[in-house]
Amino acid sequence: MSSDSTYSTNDSTDNVTKGTMMSSIIAILRRPEVGAFVGMLLVFSFFGYFGFDRNFLSPFGTSSWVNAASTVGIIAIPVGFLMIAGELDISIGAVVPAAKMSIAIACGHYGLPILMGLLITFAIAAFIGWVNGTIVTRTNVPSLIVTLATLFAVSGLTLFLSLLLTDRTTQALYSPDWAKELFGAYHFWGFQSSVFWWVGLAIVFFLVLHHSPWGNWIFALGGDKESARNAGVPINRLKIALFMLASMAAALSGVSETILSNSATTTTNFALIFNTIIAVVVGGVLLTGGFGTVPGIFFGTATLGIVQQGIGYTPFDRNLSSLIIGVMLLIAVLMNNTFRRMATTMSTTKR
Amino acid sequence: MSDRIPILELRNVDKSFGPIDVLHDITLKVHEGEVLCLLGDNGAGKSTLIKTLAGVYIPNAGQILMDGEPIQFRNPRDAHNRGIATVHQFGGTYPLMSIGRNFFVGVEPTKGWGPFKMYDRRRANKISIRELQEFGITRVDDGDRLVGGLSGGERQSLSIARAVYFGARVLILDEPTAALGVKQAAHVLRIVNEAKRRGLAVIFITHQVMHALAVGDHFAVLIRGSIAADFRKGEKSREEITDLMAGGESMADLESNITSDIAI
Repeated sequence: MSSDSTYSTNDSTDNVTKGTMMSSIIAILRRPEVGAFVGMLLVFSFFGYFGFDRNFLSPFGTSSWVNAASTVGIIAIPVGFLMIAGELDISIGAVVPAAKMSIAIACGHYGLPILMGLLITFAIAAFIGWVNGTIVTRTNVPSLIVTLATLFAVSGLTLFLSLLLTDRTTQALYSPDWAKELFGAYHFWGFQSSVFWWVGLAIVFFLVLHHSPWGNWIFALGGDKESARNAGVPINRLKIALFMLASMAAALSGVSETILSNSATTTTNFALIFNTIIAVVVGGVLLTGGFGTVPGIFFGTATLGIVQQGIGYTPFDRNLSSLIIGVMLLIAVLMNNTFRRMATTMSTTKR
Repeated sequence: MSDRIPILELRNVDKSFGPIDVLHDITLKVHEGEVLCLLGDNGAGKSTLIKTLAGVYIPNAGQILMDGEPIQFRNPRDAHNRGIATVHQFGGTYPLMSIGRNFFVGVEPTKGWGPFKMYDRRRANKISIRELQEFGITRVDDGDRLVGGLSGGERQSLSIARAVYFGARVLILDEPTAALGVKQAAHVLRIVNEAKRRGLAVIFITHQVMHALAVGDHFAVLIRGSIAADFRKGEKSREEITDLMAGGESMADLESNITSDIAI
């Protein structure tokens, strides 16, 4: 990702040396992904050192954390978009099992072709996202509450419909080879297909957020909703689109897992909700909206994957991973706040 | 003066929300190169009037005319496209976005083609800095700088420069000086004069009579949703205007009220 020249240092560093140094420091501080990257390196070195004897650094050890990160990462970036836009989506915890059951019931139970199952699944996910977005934009109820409501509604509906249609809460699914390759196979080094989706989508989302006009709208929406509206940004449509994107990303993650493991269950994934939020915040996105970067979220997700999977490769107790994540999250939030203060009070060209 | 066609004119405009009448029989005119000061106490209907002018609300009765032609704004974007720009108290700026990005929100310059159109950061920064400097903000020369690091006056100037650049003909300034110190306010007033000099019609909303008198050509006082007074520069003194804004009560009455309350 060498193309992130959006943030390249300013051209006006031609004043005094002190100014040049200050401005380059501040230019770095403007980039929250730098903090996330340094954090990831620290965590990686820590686990690389303590997990060396147990092959944390081997291809297999690497793919174990990258695979785990990818299922969170696919969802974390759109959720990060929402957070930058000043909203939150926790209904993804129910959209993932809903998507899993949709494709498994459509193709495994009713024997529809997989393409049809994908279409149905993504349509359902898009609809859930549309409902979230519409309620949030129409009622101005905080999205945390709206998506909390849909989280429970969708998970209840998934369970109810699964029992109604198939009389079971789990469903097997055997997919054709092309679908396996595309969504749920192990490739070289043991990387699963979702890893490539994650990396590919991260690049696309990076271009959208940092290099397209839409990205500017997302920042503006989170920075000041009213001003964005006055500037002619279609804020309601944009918000609904972002909720739909988050839901569909959750569906992609669910579909990949189902095709990989050949089965789906209705269990609501509460841990995933927290994991995505942690990944986004550790990645430097401000909880209050208006600021964040895709590389930051990417590194934040990777950090989370390293800690959660890496702990198994070290002599430490597995339960300590949650402690590390908790501490990390706190440090990240404090750093984000400091960053915001510095970014708004300091300037690169003090005279 | 009266033979010129005003850029924007309101004729007998009413606006109510359900049973509540907010604006009543508003008639106003603003010409190019002229500053119309809209004075009024809190709750007098100033913000409703601005929002009606900016296309947020559609009047229940009456007409809006632009260049003598009756029009109806469908939405804020429509009003914006016709050259009506509103700048709010904090300037409609986004503190955590760069100057270049702030300047072009909603109308980003792009390079490339089709679905691969990309935001053109270099051009955005160059234009925004040039426009800012033309409005006298020479301290700022880095388009990547976050707007949160600018002063309140500079942020106002950025918004005004932005509106002017995008072809605004009518500039609506909503309490631009309310949150500013004396020096910063003077700065904004200078920029109002500059906009006027460039031939824009400026509608300047304030409750600070001093600021209004410093730049205004034409004044309207709004009380409980109606125009209570409409006069030109030099026709009324500062004391008279202050009294009008207080709802007809004279400042002297107010003072005696306050002192008698204390006496109780």
